Amino acid sequence: MSDEINVTVNGVPHVARKGQLVIEAAADAGEYIPRFCYHERMSSVGKCRMCLVECDTGRGPAVTVSCMATVAPDMKIDTQSPTVKRMQEGVLELLLANHPLDCPVCDKGGECPLQDQAFSHGPGESRFVEEKRHFEKPIPISDLVFLDRERCILCDRCTRFADEVAGDPLIHFTSRGNSTHIATFPDEPFASYFSGNTVQICPVGALTAKPYRFKARPWDLQQEESTCTTCSVGCRVVVQSSRDEVLRYMGVDSEPVNHGWLCDRGRFSFEATKSAERVLQPLVREGDALAPAAWNVALAEAARLIGEAKAAAGAGSIAVLGGARGTNEDAFAWARLAHEVIGTTNVYAQMGDGLPVGLLGLDRATIDDAANAATVVLLSPDIKEELPVLYLRLRAAAEQRRTKIIELTPKRTGMTPYAWRHVGYQPGTQVAAVDGLLADADVAAQLATGPVVVVAGRANLAESTATTVQALRRLLDAVPGATVLPAFRRGNVVGALQVGMRPGKGGLDTRGTLQAAADGKIECLVLVGSDPLADFPDHSLATRALAGARRIIAVDTFLSASAAKADVVLAASAFAEKAGTHTNLEGRVTSLARKVTPAGVNRADWMIAAELALELGSDLGYGTVEDITADIAAKVDGYAAATPAAIAADSDGVLTAVPGAIDPMNHVEAVIGERNAYDFRLVVSRVLYDQAEGTAHSPSLAHLARGSAVHLHPLDLDRVTSTAGARVKVSTASASVVFTAVADDSVLRGTAWVPFNQPGPNVGELIDCFAAVTDVRIENV
Amino acid sequence: MSRLNEANTILAKEIIARYPKARSATIPLLHLSQQQNGYVTEEAMAHVAELVGATPAEVQGTATFYEMFKFRPVGKYLVNICGTMSCQLMGSEALLHHAEEVLGVKPGGTTADGMFTLEHAECQAACTEAPNMQVNYRHCHRMTNEAFDQLIADLREGKRDADIPAHGTLARIRQQIPAEKAVGPVSPDDPARPVWTPAPEVK
Ligand code: SF4
Ligand code: SF4
Ligand code: FES
Ligand code: FES
Repeated sequence: MSDEINVTVNGVPHVARKGQLVIEAAADAGEYIPRFCYHERMSSVGKCRMCLVECDTGRGPAVTVSCMATVAPDMKIDTQSPTVKRMQEGVLELLLANHPLDCPVCDKGGECPLQDQAFSHGPGESRFVEEKRHFEKPIPISDLVFLDRERCILCDRCTRFADEVAGDPLIHFTSRGNSTHIATFPDEPFASYFSGNTVQICPVGALTAKPYRFKARPWDLQQEESTCTTCSVGCRVVVQSSRDEVLRYMGVDSEPVNHGWLCDRGRFSFEATKSAERVLQPLVREGDALAPAAWNVALAEAARLIGEAKAAAGAGSIAVLGGARGTNEDAFAWARLAHEVIGTTNVYAQMGDGLPVGLLGLDRATIDDAANAATVVLLSPDIKEELPVLYLRLRAAAEQRRTKIIELTPKRTGMTPYAWRHVGYQPGTQVAAVDGLLADADVAAQLATGPVVVVAGRANLAESTATTVQALRRLLDAVPGATVLPAFRRGNVVGALQVGMRPGKGGLDTRGTLQAAADGKIECLVLVGSDPLADFPDHSLATRALAGARRIIAVDTFLSASAAKADVVLAASAFAEKAGTHTNLEGRVTSLARKVTPAGVNRADWMIAAELALELGSDLGYGTVEDITADIAAKVDGYAAATPAAIAADSDGVLTAVPGAIDPMNHVEAVIGERNAYDFRLVVSRVLYDQAEGTAHSPSLAHLARGSAVHLHPLDLDRVTSTAGARVKVSTASASVVFTAVADDSVLRGTAWVPFNQPGPNVGELIDCFAAVTDVRIENV
Repeated sequence: MSRLNEANTILAKEIIARYPKARSATIPLLHLSQQQNGYVTEEAMAHVAELVGATPAEVQGTATFYEMFKFRPVGKYLVNICGTMSCQLMGSEALLHHAEEVLGVKPGGTTADGMFTLEHAECQAACTEAPNMQVNYRHCHRMTNEAFDQLIADLREGKRDADIPAHGTLARIRQQIPAEKAVGPVSPDDPARPVWTPAPEVK
């Protein structure tokens, strides 16, 4: 093959790839070249000089920076010559000249490339006796990250990451020359959603993350590979713990998924697992209060409530909502309990905030497909806010000019600066926006150049899904061969839906269930890690439903607003407390590790389901998690390859097939009413930091939620009120809420944007989940 | 008002239009801001960042590399006395001491009236004329103590206003490039890009 280049590495013949860096070719040949600045997921900069080797291409050995030079035919690479050794010692001596060597009090000590390489390649002693440089240390450069400039070796990894990977160049080398150091601009912190990655890749202890500072020494940590379940990207992580307490996540480089990166929400939300506010035992209602109960009492009570409901009004009066928070096994056990044992068809894992489950029946794209497609059409929410690492992957695809991004969204998003075409549409006009787009000759030509992936999701919670579904259909009909990456957001929602947490024949979805409950037709509502009061967009319906359901059983890790209304609360174990598998948005099944003992007497959701089934007189037949994983592989459409052995064998997991059992979405006609010219059309969507359980109970993240406010285009704001920051009343025909008004030019004129589930006034009170769109009047108060 | 004022903002936009990429105008705009305020303020860096589409941290990172950008107020006249080899051999150290005495400040200091900032500089590439110094980067060759005193007196009296403008002004006459000759923004995907921009890397 013409791509092969013959070289020798320390005298041993090796076949390298054309264009491969010497440092990589040597690694393939089993020679690890020491390094500080080089990182396989970022461009080479040759900053640290630690990777010097000697290369001979026929003109004699020449000192070569192995992270910058590519292999050449017949190159003789020498990584261990006396010259190389001397240079390595020199580089280290210079790096250590200004290094404080405070290893005993440095978080990095024990896992520090500088410490390790000084030991393995350093001269052993230093000739420098002069005073080292001094800086105030450490200084916070963001809410989460601290910088110690004395320890920094100026490798450019953090700054390169911020610029190249995250697209947030908020840290930069400053005062270059003798006093080069990393700095933010005064009063402009490194508030990147991805800042934690810089801590992970810093080759010294210069960057430390607040949640882990001085918490453990690396040699005390035990770790296990797992998957982040905070959103449905499913980034691979290692969970590290000491003395049965989770202390840190580190990103694992999974080629098809996260390339080693994590978002800060995913990285730091482990704090919630050990929150003091966890529910630590089952609770049973006694009058107005929930009282602690033993498991057998609580389970018997739950079974009694279910039995009573069934006796009173049949299995159809029971509904099970949730399952997206747990593992595939949790969801499968609960799906079987609901469908087979209880016999209800009212089962759903979504909280009325995503597109219909039919999305999963469409031809599916993987994340890699999207990141390598010629064109990606985003008919989706702001993926930087909802699926952060997917944003990193697609941003890279656009920046590296592999992919052109066409974005159709109701407001500008984090992806807009990288989009080839951005179409902002007023809610309800998606179909026209798609038609307009398809009529553009340039766009049509672009769509014909190669594979097209549509990232489809719910961009606006104050609007029904109908128009988006219609627009998606239109797009898929116009672009034959296009595949869909479902932008479902919640942790394991794709897994839950696919293994069966979806309505059976004639069953109700969440909206239907809540409506039925509000009408008094639900005898028993089972919430499996779901919180309609916080998550269901139509807050009034959720409130009426929880009041109207005769009995409520909640399986939860925290006493959420909804769980607080339950008759029985079954205490569930959280992430890192239970093993199992996870399905990400592309249908990839990866492993989840149990790293610590569950809090209190809590149990995994699947165990609760199995026990409840026994109480109800049926045996699900499960003794271990593997039993269920195997059962899923045997029974669930598309999961045949996802056997326990296959999942355990591959860190990247197993890609499942598109389930044939899910009907692709059909046409739905949406009727959008006439619009009053004075009204604003409401857009409600999520941002990364909100009041979700994992965020609100993680002390490092909780205060990052920005708070509820109505965002208007600056010109619209002028129309409504003269002062920014003023209080304005936002009203629909049936409700009104007072918000602070904020000028925001990412919002389209004529629309008003409110972030969902934020501290402050609840925008959910304005949302009617049966309305096609929400028009609001905004007045100064 | 330490962002760019209205006239300078217009000028800034004109300067930006000369380059294929807006960020290429970072340095000229920083000079413009230094001309306006005498030094580069934080607000000006943030404003330049806005204008060229960078983050303030990037602008600060670039600006702080350059010795000629000052980030704290300096006097109307920046007096740089060369201390490198040729000048040192020709008595620059004595000149520096003299200057310290006359102005009453150490290198790095600014006189109380805000007129003079004294600095100890490296070679000013006029070694044949040693000892050498600069006022606002205008050369003063073969300096003596007397010549120094005269210079300071003249500057105080405004006698040198014609050839030595206040700190920050690089040149009184600005380059004029007619709009039609400006390159303007160039998309890296544009096949008709100017020949001097490198071809986009296709990975
Ligand atoms: S802070 Fe760490 S990652 Fe950043 S330049 Fe310094 S040593 Fe490198
Ligand atoms: S992108 Fe999603 S899966 Fe990845 S770290 Fe963030 S929250 Fe976790
Ligand atoms: S790793 Fe090659 S120069 Fe730093
Ligand atoms: S040494 Fe003073 S100008 Fe060169």
